[in-house]
Amino acid sequence: MNQIAQPVVEIRNLAKSYRRGDQIVPVLTNITFDIAAGDYVALMGPSGSGKSTLLNLIAGIDKPDSGILRVGGIDITALGEAELANWRSRNVGFIFQFYNLMPVLTAFENVELPLLLTDLPARERADHVNAALSMVGLSDRMEHFPSELSGGQQQRVAIARAIITDPTILVADEPTGDLDRVAAEDVLKMLDQLNRELGKTIIMVTHDPHSAAKARTVQHLDKGELRQA
Amino acid sequence: MKIPLSYTLRNLWMRRLTTLLTAGGMALVVFVFATVLMLEEGLRKTLVETGSYDNVVVIRRSAQTEVQSAIDRPQAALIESQPEVAVGADGERMVSKETVVLVNLNKRDSGKPTNVMVRGVAPRGLTLRPQAKIIAGRMFSPGASEIVAGRNAAERFKGAGIGETLWFGQREWRVVGTFDAGKSGFDSEIWGDSDQLMQAFRRPVYSALLIKLDDPASFNAVKARLESDQRLTVEAKRETMFYADQSEMLAGFIRYLGLTLSIIFSVGAVIGAMITMYASVASRTAEIGTLRALGFRQGSVMAAFMFEAILLGFVGGCGGLFLASFMQFFTISTMNWQSFSELAFSFSLTPGIAAKTLAFALVMGLVGGFLPAMQAARLPIIDALRAA
Repeated sequence: MNQIAQPVVEIRNLAKSYRRGDQIVPVLTNITFDIAAGDYVALMGPSGSGKSTLLNLIAGIDKPDSGILRVGGIDITALGEAELANWRSRNVGFIFQFYNLMPVLTAFENVELPLLLTDLPARERADHVNAALSMVGLSDRMEHFPSELSGGQQQRVAIARAIITDPTILVADEPTGDLDRVAAEDVLKMLDQLNRELGKTIIMVTHDPHSAAKARTVQHLDKGELRQA
Repeated sequence: MKIPLSYTLRNLWMRRLTTLLTAGGMALVVFVFATVLMLEEGLRKTLVETGSYDNVVVIRRSAQTEVQSAIDRPQAALIESQPEVAVGADGERMVSKETVVLVNLNKRDSGKPTNVMVRGVAPRGLTLRPQAKIIAGRMFSPGASEIVAGRNAAERFKGAGIGETLWFGQREWRVVGTFDAGKSGFDSEIWGDSDQLMQAFRRPVYSALLIKLDDPASFNAVKARLESDQRLTVEAKRETMFYADQSEMLAGFIRYLGLTLSIIFSVGAVIGAMITMYASVASRTAEIGTLRALGFRQGSVMAAFMFEAILLGFVGGCGGLFLASFMQFFTISTMNWQSFSELAFSFSLTPGIAAKTLAFALVMGLVGGFLPAMQAARLPIIDALRAA
C-alpha cells in the first residue's frame, strides 16, 4: 500500500537538538522517511529515543534545526508562527496521552473548539460536533464535563475533537498510556476504524508493542536515529 | 480569533474563592476612589447650589469671604442704586444688605465647640433665595431677637432647635423656625434680622450685599461699573461662582489626599490581581499548550487572559461602586477653611463618577493582567504541553 499511495509526510535529513545549559544535546539526527496517505504508523523506541520530538515536528508544534519536512506538500519549516497555527488548525488532529480536554468546557464544547477557528456558522458547527460525538459513541454525554467522564470516554472526546476538522494527519502521543486495558482496546479499535473506514493517516507514538501491532507500519527510533525493524 | 468567553467565565467561576478575594481587594480600593470623588462632588454641589445664577454677591475687594468683608452704608446705597438691580413687585429694589458673623456653638453629639455662620438678612433676603423654605415654625420677626436655623444647623448644634435659645452677641436669641435650603450651604447657617445682628455685634458696616439682576446677562456691565468706581473698593461675583470658589481649597485637599491614597492602594490591588492571574496561568499551562496546538494564536491566548483580568476588575469595580453607593445616605460636616465655618454636605454619586470609577477598576485589571497574559501567550507549546 505504501508504494502506491502518495506520501503525505515527507521527511529528509531531519535533525533536532536541544540546548541544555552550555551543552547542545542532539535528539534527532538524519531522519529520512515518508508516510503515505492513509497509512497508520507507529513510532516506537525507548524513552529519550526522540519519538515524541519527531511527532511534535511532524505536527508543527516544534521546529527542526535542519532538514526538509513537508506535510500535504507544504514545507512547514518555512511557516511563521501565525501561519503555522493556521496550518495546524486545518491539517492536524491531536490525541494526547492525558486527553488534554478543557476541564471547564463540556464534551460538546471541547469538540467544537477547533471549529471556532473556521468560518462555519454555529448551526453547522453543532451538526459536525453531533456527528463526531456519535461516531465515538458519546451522543448521550455531550453536556458532561470531563470530570464527569471516565478516562476512556475522555479519550474518545479527544478523538472526536481530533477528527472534527477532517485534518490531513492525526497525531497520537501514547493515546492508551493512561487507560486501563479495556478502554485502551476500545481506543485502539477506534483508531483502527478511523484508518480503515475513513482513510485517516495516523501517526502514533507508543511504548506498547500491543498498540504498535495495530499499526500498518512501525518505525523504530533509537538514540535519535531510525532503525530498521 | 476566539477562545470562547464561556471558557474565561467558567474559569473565573471555578476558582471563585480566589476570584472573589481578588475582586474584593479591588472593590475596597474602588470604594475609596469612588468615595473621594463622591465627597468632592458633594462638596462642590453643596456650595455651587448655594448660589443663584442671577444673584451677585458684592464684597470688599480681596476679602475672599463674607466674614472678612466690610461695606459701609454709603457704599451700600451706591451699590443698591445700580440700574441693573431688579425691582420687586412692591417697587423695592431686590437687594439684601447682609451681616455675616461667626459664632461658637457646641455640637449636640460631642459637645465640642465649632464655628457656625450667622447671617443677618433683610426681609428681602428670603425672596432672593427661593431655595430656602421654612419647614417648621415660622420666619423671624424683623426687629426681634429671633433667629431661624438651617436644617443641618438645627440638627447638629445645641440650642439651635425650634423653641431653644442661643446666647451670642451678648443677647439671648430664640429659635422660632427651621428652614431647608435644598442641601445647599445655607442649611448649615443661622439667619436673623440684619439690623438686630449689627446692633448686637456693634457693627457699623455690612459684610456683603446680595443683589438680584434684572437680566442675568447684565452681570459683566454691573461688575465693570462697580469695580471701576473710585468711591467703591468692592468686588462683584455671580453668587454661583462665589460659592464655587469657596469650595476650591477643601475640594482640592480632599481630591489630592484621596487620590494619593487611592493610587497607593491600587498598587496593592494590581499586585493582587497579578498574583491571581499568574496563578491562573500556572494552573492552566497544559490547557494553554493544548489551545496553541489546536491552532489558537498567541494573540487569542493573550486576549483570553486579558479579558479574564479585566473581568476581575469589572467585578471589583461593581462591588466597590455598590458599597460606595450606600455612602449617599451619610452627611458629614467639616470646617470649610475658606469661610472658617462648619459646613455639612453629603456624598454624591453621579453617572460621571460611576463611569470614572469603573474605568479605574478596569485599568487596574488591565495592568494586573498584562504581564501574566503575556507570559501565557509566549509559553512554548512543547513546554506548556509537558505540564499536563
